Amino acid sequence: MQNINAIFKKEFRSYFNSPIAYIFITFFLAISSWLFFRTFFISGQAEMRGFFGLMPWIFLFFIPSVTMKLWAEEKKIGTAEILMTLPLKDYEVVIGKFLASFGLLAVTALFSLALPISVIILGDPDGGTIVCGYLGLLLMGGAYLSIGLFASTITENQIIAFILGISACFVMLIIGEDIVLFSTPNWLFPIFSYLGLGVHYSSILRGVIDSRDIIYYLTLIGFFLYLSTLMIESRKWR
Amino acid sequence: MIEVRELTKSYGPTLAVDQVSFDAKAGEVVGFIGPNGAGKTTTMRILTCYLTADAGTATVAGYDVQENAIDVRKNVGYLPESAPLYADMGVIEYLKFMAEVRDIPKSHRSERMSTVIDICGLEGVIQKDIGELSKGYRQRVGLAQSLIHDPPILILDEPTSGLDPTQTIEIRNLIIEMGKEKLVLFSTHILPEVAATCSRILMINQGKIVANGTLEELIEQVRSEERIHLTIRSTEEDISTELKALDGITGVSQAVIDNGVATYEITTSQDSYEATSTIFRAAQQNSWDLLELRQETIDLENIFLHYSTGEDSPTSISTEPSKDVSPTEEE
Repeated sequence: MQNINAIFKKEFRSYFNSPIAYIFITFFLAISSWLFFRTFFISGQAEMRGFFGLMPWIFLFFIPSVTMKLWAEEKKIGTAEILMTLPLKDYEVVIGKFLASFGLLAVTALFSLALPISVIILGDPDGGTIVCGYLGLLLMGGAYLSIGLFASTITENQIIAFILGISACFVMLIIGEDIVLFSTPNWLFPIFSYLGLGVHYSSILRGVIDSRDIIYYLTLIGFFLYLSTLMIESRKWR
Repeated sequence: MIEVRELTKSYGPTLAVDQVSFDAKAGEVVGFIGPNGAGKTTTMRILTCYLTADAGTATVAGYDVQENAIDVRKNVGYLPESAPLYADMGVIEYLKFMAEVRDIPKSHRSERMSTVIDICGLEGVIQKDIGELSKGYRQRVGLAQSLIHDPPILILDEPTSGLDPTQTIEIRNLIIEMGKEKLVLFSTHILPEVAATCSRILMINQGKIVANGTLEELIEQVRSEERIHLTIRSTEEDISTELKALDGITGVSQAVIDNGVATYEITTSQDSYEATSTIFRAAQQNSWDLLELRQETIDLENIFLHYSTGEDSPTSISTEPSKDVSPTEEE
């Protein structure tokens, strides 16, 4: 635990030591607020559904930008060699890094609370769906982060890690959508519809917290963190 | 403290480390020397459990590198080549992080940090970010990082590369100082460096250990190849024949002739002092104008060439038991 904590602190600080965190938070909030308020006043309804509905698509580009450096940079400048010869287990480093990126996401979500607060001031939204929305947003964000982190372990080039991250998240997002399911063979249908990131997210957004959705996200995160650990370990025998 | 037995590692078809065996104990400074790509870094990476060997075993501080990686790493301070550090971290912040992951108790951290700052001469830069530091200071921060947990074994990969002469000397002195109690294994491709710092030399070429011993032992081995360097001015075009006719001269090669000035490299089977005297007397008799007559000093360059080109079979002149160099079974 102490080791994970040390890695977490180092990585989390590194986001805020560099301009990454500030740029990320500023632009994320600017873009999501603009897209949200653009339609908010037209619809004239005091609700956040529009905001949460945007998130899978905004995250698609924002989240891999947070995770792309986590391993690619370490490998490129060689710091991985010191890091991976410290008395740490590989999975401790992977988890520490994931938690740091999750921390940045949580801070961003915290700042975005300005949106629901303004909606509450302007009208009377359903509090329950907003809470569920944030839960879904964090879970889905965590899933994106773990996929992005895995993409970063594959390469030492940050741009490649970024694009791989976007592509992998995109695939995971759309495989549960109707258009894709329409053309999938029957035997793949239940698998795809279960694996799709978006389906579980929209079910949480509806205000129903189903343990299956939460288990789905936690399993997905665990799976990609496990893959990342395997990738990191594979340096040894390649 | 380090026992390496028949370590082998290949990257695809390239054999990087080929049945390397050696021992090293506390209080030794072992210089790991070889040309670039000889397998120094790979060996060090295996010893620090960054990579896994394909075959063979290595024990570091009593722990097997495959079985007890975490315990091995606890006992080793490692500085990889060119000291890769996080540019966006402050020097203090970085050392704090290292102290934390090295599991130094909170009460000891500041004491250990000030000790390594002192040893590595970092007082002047503790307020700075690592990214702002010069190459020399970065190297020192890297060294401080490897010393923070006071490990019994230090593994340093080219710790002096890219440093200016003053910095190089400082790092070398530090290595000598550390080698009094610890085992320091460091690699370099700069030959004089090992002579200046090491109590033992491990020469590696194309993945194989080609020599292992103290500088004196290695020189002793090469002495038979001693050369005499002769420059004369004479009216005769070539005096190789005359030279060859002399007692104890086994080989003469003419290097340069320019305006009657000729340079010869002479090898001898005798004691080189004896041969030099013979050549001197011959010069007197034949009234050659002797411009230069000297014994080529045996330096590491010669030793290195001797071991890395001359023979196919590695000569072990160490004090290791002979089983270490015996042929190995395939695994």
